[in-house]
Amino acid sequence: METIFVSLGAGLLEAFEPLNLFMIFAGCLAGLFVGCMPGLGSVNGVAILLPITFLVPPTAAIIFLAALYYGAMYGGAISSITLGIPGASTAVATVFDGRPMAQQGKADQALMAAAIASFIGGSVSIVLFTLFAPPLAEFALKFGPQEEFALMLLAFATFVGLGGDDIPKTIFSILLGLVLASVGFDIISGRPRLIFFDMVEFQRGIGFLVLAIGIYGIGEMLWTLETTSGQVTMHKVKFTWARMLENLKGIGAYINSTWIGSVLGFFVGTLPAAGATPASLMSYGLSKTFSKDPDSFGKGNIAGVAAPESANNAASTGSMLPMITLGIPGSPTTAILLGGMIIWGLRPGPLLFTESPDFVWGLIGSMYVANVVTVILNLALIPVFIRVLAMPFTILTPIIFVLCVLGVFATTDRMFDTWIMLVVGIAGYLLRKLNYPVAPAVLAIVLGPLAERSLRQSLISSQGDPLTFIERPISLTCVLLAVALVSYPLVQKAMRKRKKKLA
Amino acid sequence: MTVRTAELLMAIVTLLASIGLMLKVQSEGLNVGWVEGRGPGSGMWPFWLSAIMALTALATLIRWVRRVTPESRSTEDFISRDTLFLVSVSALSILIFLILIHYIGTYLALMIFMLFYVRFLGKHSWATTAAFVIGTPVFVYLLFEVGLTKYLPKGLPIFEDGFLVIDNLRYEYFY
Repeated sequence: METIFVSLGAGLLEAFEPLNLFMIFAGCLAGLFVGCMPGLGSVNGVAILLPITFLVPPTAAIIFLAALYYGAMYGGAISSITLGIPGASTAVATVFDGRPMAQQGKADQALMAAAIASFIGGSVSIVLFTLFAPPLAEFALKFGPQEEFALMLLAFATFVGLGGDDIPKTIFSILLGLVLASVGFDIISGRPRLIFFDMVEFQRGIGFLVLAIGIYGIGEMLWTLETTSGQVTMHKVKFTWARMLENLKGIGAYINSTWIGSVLGFFVGTLPAAGATPASLMSYGLSKTFSKDPDSFGKGNIAGVAAPESANNAASTGSMLPMITLGIPGSPTTAILLGGMIIWGLRPGPLLFTESPDFVWGLIGSMYVANVVTVILNLALIPVFIRVLAMPFTILTPIIFVLCVLGVFATTDRMFDTWIMLVVGIAGYLLRKLNYPVAPAVLAIVLGPLAERSLRQSLISSQGDPLTFIERPISLTCVLLAVALVSYPLVQKAMRKRKKKLA
Repeated sequence: MTVRTAELLMAIVTLLASIGLMLKVQSEGLNVGWVEGRGPGSGMWPFWLSAIMALTALATLIRWVRRVTPESRSTEDFISRDTLFLVSVSALSILIFLILIHYIGTYLALMIFMLFYVRFLGKHSWATTAAFVIGTPVFVYLLFEVGLTKYLPKGLPIFEDGFLVIDNLRYEYFY
């Protein structure tokens, strides 16, 4: 416990270094911006801006990206409330009550509640994070390749069991990512694999960033062009400091929902498939169930704004927990962060705490600071962001496309990769239109090389005996959980059928 | 094309792609099984995963026939006329942007791309257009070439030589 405080103190000090502090501000601003632009979320922002962060050292870079992740959760509420369009998928639930409140002329109250709830959600989960991370990392030090592989199996199983998408399509998406990750030289035997059309360029493999930017930069922008091409009406917001103070007094109406959302969000956020979007929806549902007045939800209940907002912020911090301690990302955004860490030369996983404590504690310290910075920036800049929202897409889109193309080029110095990016982007757009989930593919591309290595290592050490995965208690637990998760939708379906028969 | 047709086509494409991946692993002569004394062969991972991929694609096909997924029941247009225009114009403009980078270099291509997008798609005023056409290349130069010390593609030798003037200026006055 004491060591946690000492390390945390050092981390906080590091967060206050001028460069890192500047990165926090820049990241929060960028996050608020991508969060409030409809169609752009934290994952798009992180993917598109990752190549540019090579300007600064890794610690400053991850601080920037983490702050961006964080800020995007706040920003999502702004367009959910004023436009009635979720600024990011994570803010979908905020629309349910945020929109009616804006129509009643209470947009400022809703925005204020969203900011306060986000702040509480973020604070609760960062404290939980600080308490859970060191013991979890220490526990994970005992993991061998068997446990590593079983854990990844579990991560992918969450997509099948809890993802809620079409199951064959989800599995296809996971496997596609895993197979694409194996393109290039095999690390163990040194043989070239899957050199498509015998093009030499494929020998270096397909970089995860190329795929991530293709899917989240190009593909998602094409998707956004399609969904937001219509005209929207914006609600006026009266925003003065006096009204803000007055709104602060109304906190009692939604404080309970906020607590529920915060704790729930943190734990749901740690699950790879769940993340911030389902966390916010679940939190909305829960606070509606526990409310004294459930009928007022959806008609402009302020608790309906606070619950999802606290949950999505808590989930964004929660999804960092498995990434830092186990090397398994808890969301698509952290998958990209994890890939970035590999590019920076860090090895994600339990050893990170002992090998690069500056990096880990600097990141944790920065999250405390970023939380405070974002709530201040958010409240101070609401009028600015509302004006930004009126920006036509024909300005933003070409800038994003240019950043995607040049960002991909800058990471690998090959024009070849920009072509791959475009192909992946268009393919991702078409797949997405047919409800193939793309997040599992991104996670699989990052985890693919690690998963294959740990599988082969464990098989080599057991001399080909697959039972090695169920002979060790921790990996057995993970495998059993994975099996349970995969069979969960089947069981659910069978039960529904039985009920139908009985009825 | 309806969503239902698109779903069928995509299932067929994914099935063929998975089988193609399996054949590719085979044709590269990689061992997909156990190598005595060495461990799993280097083709094991991609081959068997592609095999399961083929099965999932097959499952989607079967579900299409049985009309289980919502997509296989939908008779709406897969891509409406308006979106087809917007999306294909955007995708094409990136394609042309990439081709132009090969021939006339990043910066000229960038200016043409911005001109096209801001002026002809966005129909913004000439003043806004000019700001973006001139501003983006300057920003990109400062960010990528000065900040990240990357050498962005400059196209054919004539264009590359032309650009040297700017690089010379930079090294003469700033270093």
